[in-house]
Amino acid sequence: MRAENILEVDGLQTWFHTRKGVIKAVDSVSFSLRPGEILGLVGESGSGKSITGLSILGLIDPPGRIVSGEVRYKGRNLVGLPEPEIRAIRGRNIAMIFQDPMMTLNPVLRIDTQMRWALAAHEQVDKNAARARSLEVLRLVGIAAPEERLGSYPHELSGGMRQRIAIAIAMLNKPDILIADEATTALDVTIQAQILSEMQNLCAATGTALIWITHDLSVVAGLADRVCVMYAGRIVEQGLVDDVLDRPMHHYTEGLIGSVPSMNARGKPLKQIAEITRSLFDLPSGCAFRNRCPKVIAGCSEPIPVLERNGHQFRCINPPVPAP
Amino acid sequence: MAAKSASLIRARRLWTDTPFGEAAVSFFASRIATISFIVLVIICLGALLAPLIAPQNPYDLTKLSILDGELPPFSVGGDGFLFIAGTDDQGRDILSAILYGLRTSLSVGVISTSFALVFGLTMGLISGYFGGWVDAVIMRIVDLQLSFPAILIAMILLAVLGRGVDKVILALIIVQWAYYTRTIRGAALVERAKEYSEAARCLALSNARILFVHLLPNCLPPLIVIAVLQIGHAIALEAALSFLGLGVPVTEPSLGLLISNGQEYMLSGQYWLTVFPGVALLSTMVAVNLVGDQLRDVLNPRMKA
Amino acid sequence: MIVYLINRVGQSLFVLSAMSLIVFVGIYVIGDPVQILVSPEASAEEIAQVRRNLGLDLSLPTQYLRFLSGATSGDLGSSFVYNESAIVVILRHFPATLELALAAMFIAIALGIPLGVWAGIRSETFSAKAIMAASTVGASLPTFWVGLILIMCFAVYLGWLPASGRGATRSVFGVELSIFTRDGLAHIILPALNLALFKVSLVIRLARAGAREIVGQEFIKFARATGQSPARIVLGHLLKNIMIPIVTVLGLEFGSVLAFSVVTERVFSWPGMGNLLVRSLFLLDRPIVVAYLMLTVVIFVVINFTVDVIYTFLDPRIRFSAKAG
Repeated sequence: MRAENILEVDGLQTWFHTRKGVIKAVDSVSFSLRPGEILGLVGESGSGKSITGLSILGLIDPPGRIVSGEVRYKGRNLVGLPEPEIRAIRGRNIAMIFQDPMMTLNPVLRIDTQMRWALAAHEQVDKNAARARSLEVLRLVGIAAPEERLGSYPHELSGGMRQRIAIAIAMLNKPDILIADEATTALDVTIQAQILSEMQNLCAATGTALIWITHDLSVVAGLADRVCVMYAGRIVEQGLVDDVLDRPMHHYTEGLIGSVPSMNARGKPLKQIAEITRSLFDLPSGCAFRNRCPKVIAGCSEPIPVLERNGHQFRCINPPVPAP
Repeated sequence: MAAKSASLIRARRLWTDTPFGEAAVSFFASRIATISFIVLVIICLGALLAPLIAPQNPYDLTKLSILDGELPPFSVGGDGFLFIAGTDDQGRDILSAILYGLRTSLSVGVISTSFALVFGLTMGLISGYFGGWVDAVIMRIVDLQLSFPAILIAMILLAVLGRGVDKVILALIIVQWAYYTRTIRGAALVERAKEYSEAARCLALSNARILFVHLLPNCLPPLIVIAVLQIGHAIALEAALSFLGLGVPVTEPSLGLLISNGQEYMLSGQYWLTVFPGVALLSTMVAVNLVGDQLRDVLNPRMKA
Repeated sequence: MIVYLINRVGQSLFVLSAMSLIVFVGIYVIGDPVQILVSPEASAEEIAQVRRNLGLDLSLPTQYLRFLSGATSGDLGSSFVYNESAIVVILRHFPATLELALAAMFIAIALGIPLGVWAGIRSETFSAKAIMAASTVGASLPTFWVGLILIMCFAVYLGWLPASGRGATRSVFGVELSIFTRDGLAHIILPALNLALFKVSLVIRLARAGAREIVGQEFIKFARATGQSPARIVLGHLLKNIMIPIVTVLGLEFGSVLAFSVVTERVFSWPGMGNLLVRSLFLLDRPIVVAYLMLTVVIFVVINFTVDVIYTFLDPRIRFSAKAG
């Protein structure tokens, strides 16, 4: 079972050492990914989901640092690899795209230049071969008239188009894993839906595994196979999407589900999670969610173990659905 | 009753709670700025008290002895006098000459900047008050002037005016005023768009009242910053002009002229005639600029990161 | 575009005539160039003759009108000193100044951009802080004094480089340039370095500010995530983005470099326009001063225009809006 995982994140801790103290942005995060699988990584802003994505690629800059843990790609630990070696993996084996389609592309370079450079980072290609490959990938992500787009500058394109091109650049080197950090958050809902369904097809066609980082649980519901819910740097719950959404085993997940506006519950007031996230500097010991949790019990201030039921993992000793 | 308690509260406020106090506290929070400030105070005192503290009056020819001429630093003269910074060919103590030179340099810088500030401010207020074609004409002149390097305009002016401390000051006023005018007009446009200005207009306050009571106090901090940095520019400009022989007269040499005078002796190895006045000029400039930079950071919230 | 051009040119013509008028009246008021030009033993008859020859016997308005009508046909009068067309004299000195200014700009860019970019992308390191401290001090250095110190160190004590003057020249497309001869290069290094110093700190600051801003942008993160090398990211992605403001500012500053070369040229006895200007100011050689001003204004107009063009070339966003509008 473990052998077929393409990526295993194990006990990952990424901390930021600032003057005010240490921020444990990612704290003991573990999950795994199978080839072609779509994994949703959900959490509110500041929960450490983006830092987790960047940590996998070794893109953490000072004052941040991966303090401990392993990121195994096909069994090989990427943490602590020398820069040239991890650079050979970035983009070729594991690619990443980001939120803001206005800013992911270099504003002063033409699309073909940007695509050629991304290709040239991993293989010697002549201009014609680069162009052919670029056109192929642009078609793959559903861009009409790709020849014209190659000669364009980013500002000449719409937001959706730009994000498609960013995806195309990420797919250029046929990566095994694509990490998408809030990739559709800044787009119109209709464009978002289009891109999501295209991503699903793309991953199915190419066998690329996808880690979809978002704060939007409803996106994950329609897209992912499995989901990890992050809160204050930790994964508080993970499992199959249906399991987690239908039977949340952590009050934070339950709160998230409750605050999704749903068509079925029109007219009813939306639920919300009480208070706000604590500052990451002074996290309480034990469950970090307990100051907002409706069902705190005495044991919540003790370190919480990871519990499991049928492959559904959660860090809650008093879950919403009692264990049978 | 209420007024009385309010005044009590005001009296009990620490001086650090006043806007000035706050600015001072954050100013001296930087070590570099504090050191620069102290250096600047020392330089100013040295210039101000030059006649009292200078070992010699370098321009009283009766005090000079040609026998003490061209002595290197730390030489002892004929009457047992120690020349810390050496002497020139006429036996003039360079340290004293530097102190007197600082006096000229600093007063040219400060006086020209003050007048330029007042004149530029007035023009800016006139421009902002009247608007319309007055504004257009003034701003056109400002734009034209700012599109030329100050040194070029100053050079031409001084060629026309001739040498003299008063003439250098006049030339420096003419090349500097436009900065303030542009700043205050720029600020006027920004302030006019702000809500309190809107509110003041809704209260039917007069244009002049808005200008002087609301706009001016809000423009002062950036103007102070510019003025301090501009003093540095003025001193540098005066030095360059004097070096070219277009600035102050030989009877009142500034640091620039001292350096220029020492130039011909440099090739024969009398480095102290150029190096020490240069170091004095450099220290003054660095101190003024660092103080100005810190003031900008403290007084201008827009520049803060 | 055309309206903009006409506007520019019109504005410049206005500046030209205003400046020429000031210089005309000013020099007329302060002194009599004839007194400086003729020998002390000259008779009243001879002085009157010189005066007539130079056209200085006419009334000031007549002189000015004469000058204006000459100027419209490209004749700015003859130098009182050289007995040649002022334009010709100025243009003869122009290559030396241009060469010096360009060499200084080159040095400023070659030193300033790498240092500034380094200080921007590694802003927490000691070297970055040292660079910034040095640039603060550099911005406060009096140019002419640094020039003298350079002469003292490299020419007087070390004897490595010549102290003054311009080296042997070689004709390049009919222009006498010194940077292509060994001797010329040796002569230009110190003055160019001196003049550059005045702009290096500016370039460092611009490059640092630009690099700091760009390095935090998402497209840099994205380029890194595609596995591109640091060299490609800095030289390809970052540099092209920060070059836009730097080129703009430097272009606009080129005029001030030309103007400031007056000081450097005096320090190093560089036979350029600046030196000529100062000499002419002392000799009240009005046509040369006026011609210098005219040339400066023309250069300024050309610079502003060129900067606009380069700017458009570098920033596709502007090119696009120009196409659309």
